[in-house]
Amino acid sequence: MITLLESRAVNKRFGGLKALTDVSLTIRKGEVYGLIGPNGAGKTTFFNVLTGAYAIDGGEFVMNGAELPAATPHLVVQHGIARTFQNIRLFRELTALENVMAGHHIRSSAGVWGILTQSRAAREEERLMQERALEILDYVGIGRHADTVARNLSYGDQRRLEIARALATEPQLLALDEPAAGMNATETVGLRTLVETIRGDGITVLLIEHDVKLIMGLCDRVAVLDFGKKIAEGTPAEVQRDPDVIRAYLGGHRAH
Amino acid sequence: MTTTSSALPLPASFAFDRRVQRPLVILLALAAPLIALAMGKSWVRVLDFALLYVLLAIGLNLVVGFAGLLDLGYIAFYAVGAYTWAFLASPHFGIHLPFWIVLPLGAAFAALAGIALGFPTLRLRGDYLAIVTLGFGEIIRIFMNNLNQPINITNGPQGIDSIDPLTIAGLDLSRDLDLFGFQISSLLLYYYAFLACVVFAIILVRRLQISRIGRAWAAIRDDELAAKAIGIDTRMMKLLAFALGATFGGVSGGLFAAFQGFVSPESFSLMESIVVLTMIVLGGMGNLAGVIVGAIMLTALPELLRHFAVPMQMALFGKTLLDPEVLRMLLLSLAMIVMMLVRPAGLLPARTRYAHRDRRNA
Amino acid sequence: METFLQQTLNGLVSGSIYALVALGYTMVYGILGLINFAHGELVMIGALVALQTVTLLNAAVPGLHPVILLLAGVAVAVPVCMAVGYLIERIGYRRLRNAPRLAPLITAIGVSFLLQTLAMIIWGREFHVFPQLVSTTPMQPMDGVVVSPLQIFTIVVAFALMGGLMLLVNKSRLGRAMRATAENHRVAGLMGINANGVIAATFIIGSGLAALAGVLFASNYAIAHYAMGFTPGLKAFTAAVLGGIGNLPGAMVGGLVLGLVESFGAGYIEHLTFGFLNSSYQDIFAFMILGAVLIFRPSGLLGERVADRA
Repeated sequence: MITLLESRAVNKRFGGLKALTDVSLTIRKGEVYGLIGPNGAGKTTFFNVLTGAYAIDGGEFVMNGAELPAATPHLVVQHGIARTFQNIRLFRELTALENVMAGHHIRSSAGVWGILTQSRAAREEERLMQERALEILDYVGIGRHADTVARNLSYGDQRRLEIARALATEPQLLALDEPAAGMNATETVGLRTLVETIRGDGITVLLIEHDVKLIMGLCDRVAVLDFGKKIAEGTPAEVQRDPDVIRAYLGGHRAH
Repeated sequence: MTTTSSALPLPASFAFDRRVQRPLVILLALAAPLIALAMGKSWVRVLDFALLYVLLAIGLNLVVGFAGLLDLGYIAFYAVGAYTWAFLASPHFGIHLPFWIVLPLGAAFAALAGIALGFPTLRLRGDYLAIVTLGFGEIIRIFMNNLNQPINITNGPQGIDSIDPLTIAGLDLSRDLDLFGFQISSLLLYYYAFLACVVFAIILVRRLQISRIGRAWAAIRDDELAAKAIGIDTRMMKLLAFALGATFGGVSGGLFAAFQGFVSPESFSLMESIVVLTMIVLGGMGNLAGVIVGAIMLTALPELLRHFAVPMQMALFGKTLLDPEVLRMLLLSLAMIVMMLVRPAGLLPARTRYAHRDRRNA
Repeated sequence: METFLQQTLNGLVSGSIYALVALGYTMVYGILGLINFAHGELVMIGALVALQTVTLLNAAVPGLHPVILLLAGVAVAVPVCMAVGYLIERIGYRRLRNAPRLAPLITAIGVSFLLQTLAMIIWGREFHVFPQLVSTTPMQPMDGVVVSPLQIFTIVVAFALMGGLMLLVNKSRLGRAMRATAENHRVAGLMGINANGVIAATFIIGSGLAALAGVLFASNYAIAHYAMGFTPGLKAFTAAVLGGIGNLPGAMVGGLVLGLVESFGAGYIEHLTFGFLNSSYQDIFAFMILGAVLIFRPSGLLGERVADRA
């Protein structure tokens, strides 16, 4: 298997608090990789450091053999990593279609001059972008809502739209932060099918999730974080048997 | 979700067919000065100014409405354009360059000023940006007021007069044109020249709006963090909005100097920035039609007040309790507050489109 | 040396007034994350209401001692400003707490101009002479340095008020509730704190300080005017940012530093720029400082206490 993304001894501190300590993971091309752990274990922090939302305090991320730029989210996207947010962050005044088209920003190139003069290249690019966006909306299953303003979409559809927008950046790695949070059972099943389709189309998926059932059913491999440290990594079955993991989840050293 | 983001539904009769709407608007734009002329020349003058304000509002809307950056010093770019024209086409320095050099130069200087201001400040959070831009506007005004010594550059508070008018292909717009025995007022000539500029501006802004750049601006406005997360270089895009918005300010400033024949720091006070901002707020931020309507309404307001509010007060109370200037300020400030509280989408709420496609299910 | 002491003294006088106003900005920002643009106008309202009271009282009962007049002016101006401050929050900002962030800012600008216009309607456009209720007879403690009782009075009152506010915030129940609300409205609410009440109290206290600052300001410049609040308001905001917005001691330090910089700047600018710029550029300093601080040290001198709201 080919390695897509590697985190090497990644550290992150907030003041005196060590949010991540020497976290090293290897994500292989084409797999669904789960990141689990109790609340406050550092999963979302890991996402934020990976995608450049936070500065890194030590270690590095290597994507396709090249080190990722630190603390510059828009450059990380160019390296092929796209993310969604735990608390959905859509462009609320834009339609679903426009949201996805915005996601295509870095894969398009029309400049001010081309746009102002409506050059042939700019018009063609705009047309293609729209076509592609409609395809992606159909792909995630909300094509019929293309012209609905994002804030008027149902919760489940907003989640799907966020995934569609991330896909529009043409990522190699799609990082989903608790995509099933707040979803009902039917919606979760739909989400699972969608993630499987995405994986089937060759996009690697990094998944933070609380829903253990979903993780176990969906992921090829899983890493467990606890107090900012990786305590286990392996197939879901292996991880489930790991005594450290059981202790972390059953609260052996936790007050609650 | 708050109630503030909901747009009130319009009565059905208001949203009449687009096919009727467009020719009607064009006809109205063309005929407006003729109707105004019948009421008196001063009304044509008001219309001319209204178009300048429309131009300004379109530019500011690019910054505030599209990109969500509250710029309270916008009038400074107007000033840069106006003073560029005054320096390069007036007896003040004895330079008289033609409009096709002065106007682009003014626009370029304004754009440069926009970049110079934006470069260090655009990483600031929105509310800081508002104050810094306000400070910038004031600094520019203070310099205009005081740069008459030790070397006289701006002529201080007296301003610069006898500025060259707009002359296009030998046609001096400041003189009435004699066309086959018909006298065409200079005010009308300016009106149509400004109208052409406005139409041109609308076309350009529409193109920007429905493009990857317009969508990137809207994305930054709606959620900056998410915009970064999809790869938008937010700082570059904001800088672009600032520079392009400033360009519009610079052009309208140049036109203003030519039309008025006189510039002084007084025309570029903070109040003017606030007036333009209110135009946008009133019509509906982001939405071009709303912005234009807002600009026209607020330019006409002082004249309407002078013509109607004063006689009405005389009739009711036997004296003028509130002079038109005070009334105008009162209405402006109330408009800002009430609009934000009650109708944040503006008087003419229309969703701004950022893609070409018409709605399928609308 | 004499000029130096003189400029220091002048700077302290204006600086302590800026500090009082800056406290209002910083308290509101600390709790709501909102720049209350209209705060400067409360300085103006404080000054004009005090002036009105003094004038009326003096006409009704001639020959009153100036100190009584001053106290009466303050006694009316402070509650009036508190009421205005409360109303601004209640009618204007409360409904916009969760609105997109431009909305409260634009409302604040609207409120600022509304208050100015109302003041213009009530008190007219002219400059009013503000009576000298505290002696301005210059004293000369040493050669070349001139100080008036009013200046000493201003500094003493401002520092006393700042001390009182610090006590209130750090020691009282209300202060604790304010600090909790600044950390997080919702959590504070869950802990049984009436967040709306605390926010209203913050506006009221800030407005009261602004009213007093207004009286001090008008006394020192012997003038009151409907638009007098705008510039000190902006400068006080600068002071708040300079000290680290949301940080109370920061606002005080920021105010004093700004006052001193302005005073020295105005005194020396002609030498510094070889006569190119003169003291009419004094107002530029505040803006330049503001710009410089935001660019190079956005958290201010003492650091911003407000958490990331992302």
